[in-house]
Amino acid sequence: MNEVKSEVLVKERQLVIPGETLATGLDFLPSSGSFRIDNEIKAKILGLTRMKDRFVGVIPLAGVYIPKRGDGVIGFVEDMQTTMWIVDINSPYDAKLVLGEAVGEYVDLNKTDISVYFDIGDVIYAKVLNVSKSKQVSLTMNDYRTRKLIGGRILKITPSKVPRVIGKEGSMIELIKNKTKCQIIVGQNGIIWIKGEKEGLASKSILTIEKESHITGLTDKMSKLLEKEGG
Amino acid sequence: MKVGKPEELIVKGKRLDGRKFEEFRPIIVEVGTLKRAQGSAIFRFGNTYALSAVYGPRTAHPRHIQDPQKAVLRCRYSMAPFSTKERVRPGTSRRAVEISKVLNSALSNVIFFDDYPKTVIDVFVEILQADASTRCAGLNAASLALTDAGIPMKNLISSCSVGKIDGNTVLDLDGLEDNYGDVDMAVAMIGNEDKIVLLQMDGIITKEDLLKMLEVAKIGCIEIFERQKQALKERYKTGEIDVEG
Repeated sequence: MNEVKSEVLVKERQLVIPGETLATGLDFLPSSGSFRIDNEIKAKILGLTRMKDRFVGVIPLAGVYIPKRGDGVIGFVEDMQTTMWIVDINSPYDAKLVLGEAVGEYVDLNKTDISVYFDIGDVIYAKVLNVSKSKQVSLTMNDYRTRKLIGGRILKITPSKVPRVIGKEGSMIELIKNKTKCQIIVGQNGIIWIKGEKEGLASKSILTIEKESHITGLTDKMSKLLEKEGG
Repeated sequence: MKVGKPEELIVKGKRLDGRKFEEFRPIIVEVGTLKRAQGSAIFRFGNTYALSAVYGPRTAHPRHIQDPQKAVLRCRYSMAPFSTKERVRPGTSRRAVEISKVLNSALSNVIFFDDYPKTVIDVFVEILQADASTRCAGLNAASLALTDAGIPMKNLISSCSVGKIDGNTVLDLDGLEDNYGDVDMAVAMIGNEDKIVLLQMDGIITKEDLLKMLEVAKIGCIEIFERQKQALKERYKTGEIDVEG
C-alpha cells in the first residue's frame, strides 16, 4: 500500500468552494458537506470548514432544508384530506400530519369536518415525527411546544443560518425576545414566527443576523443595535 | 445585418481588438445577483453576457419525471430577443434545445444527485448579449449559480472557446472571429482537473491542430476556474468568519 501523508490543508472555519481539498491521507474521515476521492477529502458545497476529532466537514452557507427526525418546524397547511393534512415545510418534500398525531381526542369523522382543527392556510409549529427512506415526512403535534400559530408575522431565512439566529444555547434569540418583548418561534426549516408589539424591530434584527451570519461577535453587535433602537 | 468581413483577422501579430492570441476578453464575474433565486451568477466575456439562475432542489413536477433514487437536472438556455444585432425569435429553437442539452450533460458530471431524491434542480441560462462563446459563458455562470444555491458538487465547471484563424490558434473567439475564422471549438473542463465534459467543434482541422487547440483550452479553463473561485470567495469576504453560534 502506498503511504500518503495525512494532513489537514485548511484552517477551522475557512471558506471553501466545491472541489477544494480539505485533507489528504486516510487518517481523516469526511463528515457532512465533504466527500472522499482516493486519498483526498474534498468539499462538496460552498461553506465553512468544521473539524471534530478525525472528521472534516463543511457547514453550508446556502441550501434548502432537508427534514430530520425531531426537528421543530413551522409549516403552512396546504391541503386537507379525510384524515390528514398536507403541510408545506419550506423543503422539497411536503409533510403530512395525520389526524391521530394532531388531535388528542376521539374524532367522529361522520359528524365533524377536520377543518375545525386546522384549515387550509393555517400556520402550525410541529415536530418532525419521522422521515422515511423515500423521503415521506410525517409530523406530530404530540409535544408541549407544538401549536397552531395565530396572528403575528412570518419571516423566511436561509435554513442553514438558523443555528446562528438561535445562538449559543439560545443566547441570541433570548436577547431579541427580552429586548423586544415579542414571542418568537424559530423553525429549523428557516421560517420564523414573531408576535408582539415590536415585531418590526425583531424582524429587522433577525434579518440583520441572516445577512451578517458569517461575522464574529454578532451577539454583542446585536445587543448594541437593539439597545439603540429599542430604547 | 452582419458587419462585413474584415480584410484580415490578424494584424501585425495581434487580433482585431488588440488582443494577443492566447488572451481573454475582459472577464467580469458576479455571484448572487438575483435576490429571489436560490443561486445566481453573471459571467461576461467582453460583450458576451450570460445570466444564470438556479431554483431548487424542489418538488419535481410533472410527477412522472421524479426519480425515487436521485434528483433530476433541468437546464434551459435561451437568448434574449435583443441579444444579437438581428432580433432572436423568443422561445425555443433547434439551437436552444441543443445547447440546453449539452449544458445539462456537462453539469450532470459534477452534481451529487443522490443527496436529493424525488426533486428537480432547475437551471436557467439567459444570454442577454451575444458575441460568440455564449455556451461557454452560460456554462461558467450556471456552475457558479449552482454553487451559490448550495447544491453539492464535485467541482466547478470552467469553460472557454478556442479557434483557428488564419492558421493561428486563438483563445476566446469574439463574434467576428467566430463568423470568419476557420475553426471554432467550445471546451468545458471540470475545474482544475484534467477532465473534459463538453467539446463541440465547427470547421475542418487536422489532428495535430486539434491537440494543440486542446492544450490552449486547458490553460484557458484553468484561468477561468481561478476567476470563478475568486468571485465566490469575494462574495463572503467580510471580516472574520464564524458561523457556529
